[in-house]
Amino acid sequence: MEGRRTSHWWTVWGVLILAWAMFPLLWMVSLAFKSPETFRAGTPSFFPDEWTWENFQTVFDDELFTSALRNSFGIAIIATVLAVVVAMFAAYAIARLEFPGKRLLLSMALAIAMFPQAALVGPLFNMWRGLGIYDTWLGLIIPYLTFALPLSIWTMSAFFRQIPWEMEQAAQVDGATPWQAFRRVIVPLAAPGVFTTAILTFFFCWNEFLFAISLTSTDRARTVPAALSFFTGQSQFQSPVTAIMAASVVVTIPIVILVLVFQRRIVAGLTSGAVKG
Amino acid sequence: MTGVATAAAPPEAPADPPAKAARSERLRHERRLGLRLSAPAFAVMILVTAYPLGYALVLSLYRYRLTDPSGKEFVGLKNYLTVLTDPVWWGAVSTTVVITVVSVVVELVLGFAFAWVMFRILRGRSVVRTAILVPYGIVTVVSAFIWRYAFQLDSGFVNQWFGLADYNWFGQRWSSLFVIVLSEIWKTTPFISLLLLAGLVQVPEEMLEAAKVDGATAWQRLWKVVLPNMKAAIMVAVLFRTLDAWRIFDNPFVMTGGANGTETLSFLAYRQNVTLVNLGAGSAVSVLLFATVVLIAFVFIKVFRTDLSQVRGD
Repeated sequence: MEGRRTSHWWTVWGVLILAWAMFPLLWMVSLAFKSPETFRAGTPSFFPDEWTWENFQTVFDDELFTSALRNSFGIAIIATVLAVVVAMFAAYAIARLEFPGKRLLLSMALAIAMFPQAALVGPLFNMWRGLGIYDTWLGLIIPYLTFALPLSIWTMSAFFRQIPWEMEQAAQVDGATPWQAFRRVIVPLAAPGVFTTAILTFFFCWNEFLFAISLTSTDRARTVPAALSFFTGQSQFQSPVTAIMAASVVVTIPIVILVLVFQRRIVAGLTSGAVKG
Repeated sequence: MTGVATAAAPPEAPADPPAKAARSERLRHERRLGLRLSAPAFAVMILVTAYPLGYALVLSLYRYRLTDPSGKEFVGLKNYLTVLTDPVWWGAVSTTVVITVVSVVVELVLGFAFAWVMFRILRGRSVVRTAILVPYGIVTVVSAFIWRYAFQLDSGFVNQWFGLADYNWFGQRWSSLFVIVLSEIWKTTPFISLLLLAGLVQVPEEMLEAAKVDGATAWQRLWKVVLPNMKAAIMVAVLFRTLDAWRIFDNPFVMTGGANGTETLSFLAYRQNVTLVNLGAGSAVSVLLFATVVLIAFVFIKVFRTDLSQVRGD
C-alpha cells in the first residue's frame, strides 16, 4: 500500500470520478425542472430560474408516456423472469454436469453476446408480421429473452460454481435424485446469484431500444426508450426538451434505486461472468 | 446458508465394486439431465438468431420491397454488389470504425484510471463504485438525450460555458461524432473499469512490492508488472467493448438521426429494413454486418489470442 500521505490524493480522484458520473444526471434533473416557456425564452443557464413540476405533470398526463411505462415494466419483468429461468437450468447443467453439447452451448452463448442485433431487425420485422406478433409484448419479449440469455447464463454459472457442491452429493448419497438435490439443496444456496442475474437482465431489457422501435408501431407495445424518441411535446409550439428530460428522470429512478440497494451484488455479477474472481 | 449446511458432509463417495453399473446408470442420467436442462436455452437461441439470420441470407438474394411484394425476384448476389459499391455503405463503415476506435481507446485509458483509483482509494470506495454504476445502468437513449441537450443550441450550457457563441455541434460530421462518442464513453466506461478492476486485484501484491524494492519506478511497475499480469482481463474487456461499440445505434439515432455522415452500420441496417422496407438490399446489409462482427471476433481470438475460456468459464 502507498503511504498515508498519498491516500488523500486518491480521495480527490475519487471525488472527480463521482463528479464525472453525477454531473450529466444533475443536468438531466435541472432540465426536467425548467418550465417549458421560460426555457425557450431565455439564454440557457444550467439551473432553472424557478423549479417547477410542470413537466412531470405533462408526461404523466400523456397516454403515450404512461402506456410506454406500463409496457416497459411489463415487458422487462416478464422477459427477465423467463431469461433467468431458462438460463438457470442451463447454468446448473454447465456448472455441474458433464454432457455432450456443453461446449457448444457456451460457444453459442458467446456468439449471441457478440451478435449484431441490427442484422435481425429485417427478418424479425417480416416474420413477426407473418406470425401476427408484430407490435405486441410477445414480439419484444422473445428477442429480449434471447439476447439476455448469454449474460444470464455466464453470470449464473459463475455464481453456481462457488456453491459448496459437497452438499448436493451429500443429498444424493442420502438417496435424493440429482433433480431433488438441485431443487432442495442448491436452489436456496443459488438464490443470491439468481437474483443478481435478474437485476443485470432487467437493466438490459429496460435499456433496449433497437427492437423496441423496429418491432412496434403503436403504444400497444412501445417501451419508454422508443416512446421518448417519438415524443414531440404537448403541442407543436412547445419544445419537448423539458418533458423528455422529466420522462428520463422517471425511467432513471428504478435504475438508481436498484444500484443504491444492490451495489455490491451488481459489481460482483458484472465481473464474475467475465473474469474469474 | 440454510439449515442444510450444518449436515455433516460425507467423506469421498463410496467406491463399491458392485456400484459400477449404478455409476454408469448415473452417468447416463447426468447426460440426459444436462441435455434436458440446456435444451430450452439451445432452442431459444437457435430459433431467434440462427433461423432469422438464415432467412436474411435467403432474402438477400432477392429483389424484395414490402411496398411492392409482387415485384419479388431472384437476383443472386446483385444486392451485395449494390451495397458494396454504394458510398452509403462505406460511409457507415468509416463512421462505425471512427466511433469504435476512439471510444474503445479512450475508455480503456479512462477505465484503467478509474479502476486504479477504485483499487487504491481508502475512503469512499463503495460510494465511487455506486456512482459509476448509474451511468452503466442508465438507458442509452436517456444518456443520448442528456448529452444532446447539453450541446444543442436552444437548450445547452456547453456553448455558453466555453464561449462558443452559436456554434452548431450537430451541423457537421466531426462535431456530431464528438458528442456521440462522448455519450458513449460516459455510459460504458464504468463497465470496462469494473472488468479492469477485477483484473487489477489479481495482480500479485508481492510482485509489486518486489519490483519496488528493486527500485522500479511507478511507470515501470505499471508497464512491466501490472499490465502484463492483467493482459487477459484487458483483452476480454477490449473485445467486448469493441463489438459493443461496433453495434452502436441508440446514440446516433437520438442525437443526429444519422444526418451529416453519422449513420452507423446498425443504423443503415435498421433504415434499409424498417424505414425503407427494402428487405432484399436490407438483408444484404444485415448479412454483411454479421460478417464484419465475425471478422472482428476472429481477429481477436485467433490473431490477438484473446483467452475466452475466462469468459466462458470452462
